[in-house]
Amino acid sequence: MYDVIIIGAGVSGCAAARELSRYKARVCVLEKAEDVCCGTSKANSAIAHAGYDAPTGSLMAKLNVQGNQMMEQLSKELDFEFQRIGSLVICRDAEDLPNLQALYDRGAANGVTGLRIVEKEELRQMEPNISDDAVAALYAPTAGIVCPFGMNIAFAENAAVNGVEFRFDTEVQGIRKTESGWLLETNQGQFEAKCVVNAAGVYADVIHNMVSEQKIRITPRRGDYCLLDKSAGSHVARVIFALPGKYGKGILVTPTVHGNLLVGPTAVDTENKEGSNTTREGLDQVIEKAGENVKNLPMRSVITSFAGLRAHEENHEFIIGEVEGAAGFVDCAGIESPGLTASPAIGVMVAGIVREILQLEENPSFDGTRKGILKPQELPVEERRQLIRENPAYGNIICRCEMVTEGEIIDAITRPLGAKSLDGVKRRTRAGMGRCQAGFCSPRVMEILARECGKHISDITKAGGESRIVVGVNKDSL
Amino acid sequence: MKTYDIVIIGGGPAGLSAAVSARKSEIESILILERDKELGGILNQCIHNGFGLHTFKEELTGPEYAGRFIEQVEELQIEYRLHTMVMDISQDKVVTAMNSTDGLFEIKAGAVILAMGCRERSRGALNIPGYRPAGIFSAGTAQRLVNMEGFLPGRKVVILGSGDIGLIMARRMTLESAQVQVVAELMPYSGGLKRNIVQCLDDYGIPLKLSHTVVEIRGRERVEGVTLAQVDEKNRPIPGTEEDYACDTLLLSVGLIPENELSSGMGVELSRVTSGPVVNESLETNIEGVFACGNVLHVHDLVDFVSEEAAAAGRNAARYVQEAGKRAKLQAAADGADEAKERFGEQTDVEEESRSSAKQDADVAAQSRHQAVEIRAVDGVRYTVPSRIHVERMEDIQTVRFRVGGVYKNCFVSVYLDEERILHRKRPVMAPGEMEDVKLRKEELLKHPDLKTITVKLEEI
Repeated sequence: MYDVIIIGAGVSGCAAARELSRYKARVCVLEKAEDVCCGTSKANSAIAHAGYDAPTGSLMAKLNVQGNQMMEQLSKELDFEFQRIGSLVICRDAEDLPNLQALYDRGAANGVTGLRIVEKEELRQMEPNISDDAVAALYAPTAGIVCPFGMNIAFAENAAVNGVEFRFDTEVQGIRKTESGWLLETNQGQFEAKCVVNAAGVYADVIHNMVSEQKIRITPRRGDYCLLDKSAGSHVARVIFALPGKYGKGILVTPTVHGNLLVGPTAVDTENKEGSNTTREGLDQVIEKAGENVKNLPMRSVITSFAGLRAHEENHEFIIGEVEGAAGFVDCAGIESPGLTASPAIGVMVAGIVREILQLEENPSFDGTRKGILKPQELPVEERRQLIRENPAYGNIICRCEMVTEGEIIDAITRPLGAKSLDGVKRRTRAGMGRCQAGFCSPRVMEILARECGKHISDITKAGGESRIVVGVNKDSL
Repeated sequence: MKTYDIVIIGGGPAGLSAAVSARKSEIESILILERDKELGGILNQCIHNGFGLHTFKEELTGPEYAGRFIEQVEELQIEYRLHTMVMDISQDKVVTAMNSTDGLFEIKAGAVILAMGCRERSRGALNIPGYRPAGIFSAGTAQRLVNMEGFLPGRKVVILGSGDIGLIMARRMTLESAQVQVVAELMPYSGGLKRNIVQCLDDYGIPLKLSHTVVEIRGRERVEGVTLAQVDEKNRPIPGTEEDYACDTLLLSVGLIPENELSSGMGVELSRVTSGPVVNESLETNIEGVFACGNVLHVHDLVDFVSEEAAAAGRNAARYVQEAGKRAKLQAAADGADEAKERFGEQTDVEEESRSSAKQDADVAAQSRHQAVEIRAVDGVRYTVPSRIHVERMEDIQTVRFRVGGVYKNCFVSVYLDEERILHRKRPVMAPGEMEDVKLRKEELLKHPDLKTITVKLEEI
């Protein structure tokens, strides 16, 4: 019997797990995928929003601003990448200026600091590649960019070293109330807990509706993105948004923390909770709309495209709290944008609710700091030389596009909650994320994974499940 | 810091041939830096035959072809380091490299030969919509898995793109027990060699669908199928022409991109057409003493031509090093004379002579660097390599390689020296997949002392 079971190892589930590890409690995270950060958390805009979008007084607005404020400190404690580069909301029509002003007013009311409307000339100076049509912009210096994988993985690793258990490939199929708590049926057997946190992303409605008559509905809202090569990474210096419309914040253009340029997303509601496939229309729309606010986008430099599913709740509000009539069952649902930004605050809020329910005591041995994977590229030359002398694997480049060494890949595999697949290695080290998109390094990463995990090459997957890379040996069916 | 006369970046066919030719031009101190575990580059995974018909007058496999050059490198005792990644090259030719035994180290090069080869265009660059499951490989990655590691990437295969690697892999996958259903090509013509279409597709009954592309990839974990559609003249899929193929693997052979991140990092000017360096008759880039050859310069279809081109780069780099050495010596002599003059207030005739000759040499070099004749690629010719020529520095016969932009039948390849046509050669068929060349004779170019432009173009009549 666990004290707490968290369903879902995305960024909100892992943030909650890490916050709960501050207390004396047996906590377990159940995740249906093979790794953390496999759903909405891995495919989004990777933005730390300033907090002017959500309606004043909403939970979304409050947690967004709080999360943004926590981000810098947290990125140091947990060693993930975050850069406060600021954002600009571009207004291209003088008639829309009142809407820009309204956004400013809402931001100020939400407690966003440093907001400023910049006029045409200043805007040009800040961002030479902004569309010639731009008349003004809302500048939010507190906005930033973050590595979504890095943050999610950091939460999870830190939770794990502070005692939280993680069960992967474990899908919750049913939940029943028992006398002492909750019984969860999964494809890996039964689990019991006094308290359950529902952080199931696009499936949060399915999980919620297992225990409550007050049904909720989460609609996956698909967004297609294009990622451009690092050669295009400095095309803009800040996050460039369009003035928001009905379906969210429109197509944005932003540098990433790794120096690429990200363009997207579209917004298309779908019924398919696994429907993270890009579409022709979606990708065309990204290319067309991105050019409205930013000129001369080098779309020739696209290195990959992907789609993510936002967990859109009908009222566009986070649902966080103990479910009425289901004592000990805590929802953390409807976490769509600005969910990534808000996640540090979401974690604190969820943990607070659970602590209240279970009357948890502090865990005196909690250590809230975590060291990420050592990046030799960031070391001074002499230290890097020393590192290679001590561990020659750091002198062996495996991913030539991103210059990732064997040492980093071994670290990614052997650390707590280590990578088990090519995508797991990729999200932790960037091996395979560069311009050749794993063409050269995948056979070598497969070798390292097989060796370090004691597996056969043919059991190495792209992302767990049936995603094996090779299907057999030559001539085996002749 | 260690110093070498010539540092060659890459130990594939281009790097090997450049090294051998530089050594034969009497350069002692040469170093090849290779990132893989052995010399030979991509040839090591090309186990099919057909290599070397031009160079060795016999049909070799890729590893055999590479072996011929590796043997020479060994015999000539040319130094090389494996598992070594070049991280950076500075404008003054300091090469920073890394491996697990030497760590991070720097080498000063007299001349640098860029021979890094190319990479395959990935799915991402094509923006093919759909899921991102396992089972999508660039053809070269699949080739490595099959030919070097012995693993079968899939059993039921669709290939997009009819580049040579895709065609070769259609046959290879078939021989290794997979079923190749179709090769789809976006363009109305194949990007591969005619002989490969015949030997790799036709001989095995594999259909080639021109003007077709993949419009959807299905399967969330592993590929379950793809949809092909015909495209219109603007390469847009035509609704209603979709055909579904059940498959577990999609191979992509959709183009090769010269790997010039190191080159652009050091300030080498790149061509927008080839994505390779812009070079002169010596295959020298805009940075003095930095040469390029092979697929890093422009993508070739026959390795024989890579070897030939790289040999020229090796000779030219050798000449550069030797001339630089001479200049330095003369400069030193001149400096010495200066010093002597300062000390004794007089100078000997010999010193005066060497001084002016050093100056002359330097002047000629400076002049020749500036007075290049541009080669214009127009009317169906997409680019030429080289794209400029210093006539006085060219070899007696200069090969100018180029590709055409479409399929041309019964056209003429023409070369003009300013307005005068000096070559008019009929070609029954030309296609973008087959590299073409013309030869320029120094003797003839010297007859045009005021030559401004050389034009290479296609003409109908």
